[in-house]
Amino acid sequence: MPIVHETKPVIPLLTSCDGDVLHIEHLNFAYPDGHVALRDVSLNLCAGEKVALVGPNGAGKSTLMLHLNGILNGNGNITVGGLASNKENLPIIRAMVGMVFQNPDDQLFSPTVFEDVAFGPLHMGIAEAEIKVRVTAALTQVRMSGYAERLSHHLSMGEKKRIAIATVLSMNPQILILDEPSAGLDPRARRGLINLLDELPVTMLVSTHDMTMVRDLFPRMVVMDEGRIVADGLTARLLKDEALLEAHGLEKP
Amino acid sequence: MLYTPAPMHIPDGFLSMLVSAVCWALTVIILAVALSQANKTFNERQIPLMGVMAAFIFAAQMINFPVAGGTSGHLLGGALAAILLGPWAGMLVMMAVIAVQGLLFQDGGLLAMGANILNMGLLAVTVAYGLYRTVLNRPRGLKLAVAGIAAWLSVMTGALATALQIWLSGNAKLEIILPAMLGIHALIGLGEALITVAALAFIFKTRPDLLEGGETVRGGRGWIVTGLLITLAVVLLAPLASANPDGLEHVAINMGFHTTGQAAPYEFLPDYTIPFLGATPLSTILAGALGVLMVLALAFLIGRLVLKKP
Amino acid sequence: MHDNVFDRYRPGDSILHRLDPPLKVVVTVAFIISNVLLPDAAWLAFGLSWLLILASSQMAGLGIGYTTRRSVVALPFALAAITAIFSVPGNALADWHIGATPLTVTDAGLLRFASIMLRAWLSVQGAILLVATTRFPDLIHALEHLRLPKLLVTIIAFLYRYLFVLTDEVLRMLRARMARSAAMPGQQSGGSLLWRAKVTGNMVGQLFLRSYERSDRIYNAMLARGYTGQIRTLNPHVMKGRDWLFATLAAAAFTLLQIIGRM
Repeated sequence: MPIVHETKPVIPLLTSCDGDVLHIEHLNFAYPDGHVALRDVSLNLCAGEKVALVGPNGAGKSTLMLHLNGILNGNGNITVGGLASNKENLPIIRAMVGMVFQNPDDQLFSPTVFEDVAFGPLHMGIAEAEIKVRVTAALTQVRMSGYAERLSHHLSMGEKKRIAIATVLSMNPQILILDEPSAGLDPRARRGLINLLDELPVTMLVSTHDMTMVRDLFPRMVVMDEGRIVADGLTARLLKDEALLEAHGLEKP
Repeated sequence: MLYTPAPMHIPDGFLSMLVSAVCWALTVIILAVALSQANKTFNERQIPLMGVMAAFIFAAQMINFPVAGGTSGHLLGGALAAILLGPWAGMLVMMAVIAVQGLLFQDGGLLAMGANILNMGLLAVTVAYGLYRTVLNRPRGLKLAVAGIAAWLSVMTGALATALQIWLSGNAKLEIILPAMLGIHALIGLGEALITVAALAFIFKTRPDLLEGGETVRGGRGWIVTGLLITLAVVLLAPLASANPDGLEHVAINMGFHTTGQAAPYEFLPDYTIPFLGATPLSTILAGALGVLMVLALAFLIGRLVLKKP
Repeated sequence: MHDNVFDRYRPGDSILHRLDPPLKVVVTVAFIISNVLLPDAAWLAFGLSWLLILASSQMAGLGIGYTTRRSVVALPFALAAITAIFSVPGNALADWHIGATPLTVTDAGLLRFASIMLRAWLSVQGAILLVATTRFPDLIHALEHLRLPKLLVTIIAFLYRYLFVLTDEVLRMLRARMARSAAMPGQQSGGSLLWRAKVTGNMVGQLFLRSYERSDRIYNAMLARGYTGQIRTLNPHVMKGRDWLFATLAAAAFTLLQIIGRM
């Protein structure tokens, strides 16, 4: 079934800020094999906002996320915390954007939890004593204090997901980017993770298929399909728009 | 079943102090060259790649296939690592695999680890890559065939070196251990060849870019010479030594490796006299072959290192 | 499930557990060197070495027989040493002929064989004790403190971390293969050797591709946290008083063993 994008008017932003945390303007990107993954994407995120990014597989969500800290570089302007994303600012931007990948086994690449949580601060060039403080603080924030000396392969999926979040919290990011945080978790671990995300006082952009979590946790939601942003607005309102959900393969929670 | 020790990992106690030390020295020198090559030519992407590839070789060794009569074959991986990653990265990856097997699982000793890395890692990678390098730009069928021979020879090279080291330590009779080691490993090598070829064929089908693209750092033509020389040595040395072990024995004693029972084992700096004008013509040939081979391999490696420097 | 298969560490709080890891590596290697340097038939010294191991095992809270029970890993290789029986000149005890090769069992040969086996057996127990009382990540750091190049240490650390992930993948693949390897009653299953090798090769190839793609994702995760090609680590290590004491005692014990072994 062909999907028509133009028929759905983009709902105006909730807040009147100009994207003080994240500002993306006319971003386009094609992979080397020619596949166009992002088409004219523009998005603003303001301090303290928690935003869900939804859409079918292959919609460009992950590609967009990889642009936010310069792992991929498309055409367009990206500003993080007022800093233009370019080669010069990249180290600072990588510290400001905390990226949590979908599979924690890819994110936790060190033998022990401490080494992984310390990896970010260490590569930012922070002093040793300060790193230890940050590791402890980050682990406390995800309610995993006491896990510093544990071995990553001994952790459960839910624990791994939390530690993965700690590995970027230790960098004191301005914005958290999470890819499918609730995927692969059993109901209890999923509930625990949702509570954690609810509590964390950080700006968040979360890609997910978990519409129940979107409803419970995110006041604002952005819908992507075929590399475009097709809707951006209040979750409560967009979830009532059955035609929109239907057109982009989303389920009503 | 999860972790089965391979028959080629020498435990501590089987090698004399001198042989262990010489093997460690060779291993350290070759690894130093590999590291300097790595630092010069690899990009930052190679570090996680080599790390995960080491885990891959380790895990791939667990995939066994039933051969016959309850025995099963499995991969050692030296040839596969060499062909997939290029010689230098292949050596570093095999080093890590053998080091973890020895350290964590006591599969192979710590003092003997130098020898184990040399046999199953460095020599296996060198001979396999040297042979494969000859067909780098040839049709796939030929590549696969040569890869199979390379895999078989990499196992045989390791087995030959293992047998020689134990014998040089005075802990085995050459006319027994050589045919025994080579006989067993001729079979093991067959399994190695089959799996290596099948794995490469699969990758050729699904991701040919990884085998034919230029992403991994490849070696130059010098590898062909080195690989062929080792092949020649394996092919010539094995039957020669089996046919006339006394000659080789004589060489070893003269070289100071072989203590015949009563000599004090703590004398590990003996007179290093190479009997170029030795008693029998055979001993001369073998001493020459062995010495020339070692020197050539080293000279080649060091030469590459020096030449590459601006 | 891996906890028992791959982890050789036995958690504890003994003196041996708390010793400086690099020192433990050095002492273990020294112990192995001591075994290798002991002359043939130094029974008393071999026995005392074993007592050292037993006492350490007990001191580490592993139970006195722990290392001995686990020391069978070196046994398969014994076959390679059996030829020592015939290879050392000495008084002949028995004669055989295999084909044209005369095999003479000598007294010195038998002693050599027994000594090799003892050296291997003692050494492997030393290594078992090391990994039972030291967490592997600490061992990796120890290698770094012992001046092993950083790149090698990093590869080993990655290998250790992904060993568990990839062997899990292998287990799933092997189960899937088993689940489809049915056989009719009375029929030989599994196809020809070549076919079986091909299936195995496909699994290896598949594992390679998955690992390769995984290394890409790991690289991204590293980049996202500020990695620029240089791996940095944070692991201070300090030799405490008890470490120096232990080092001195170990050196004295090994020296004494060598003297006893030569008396």
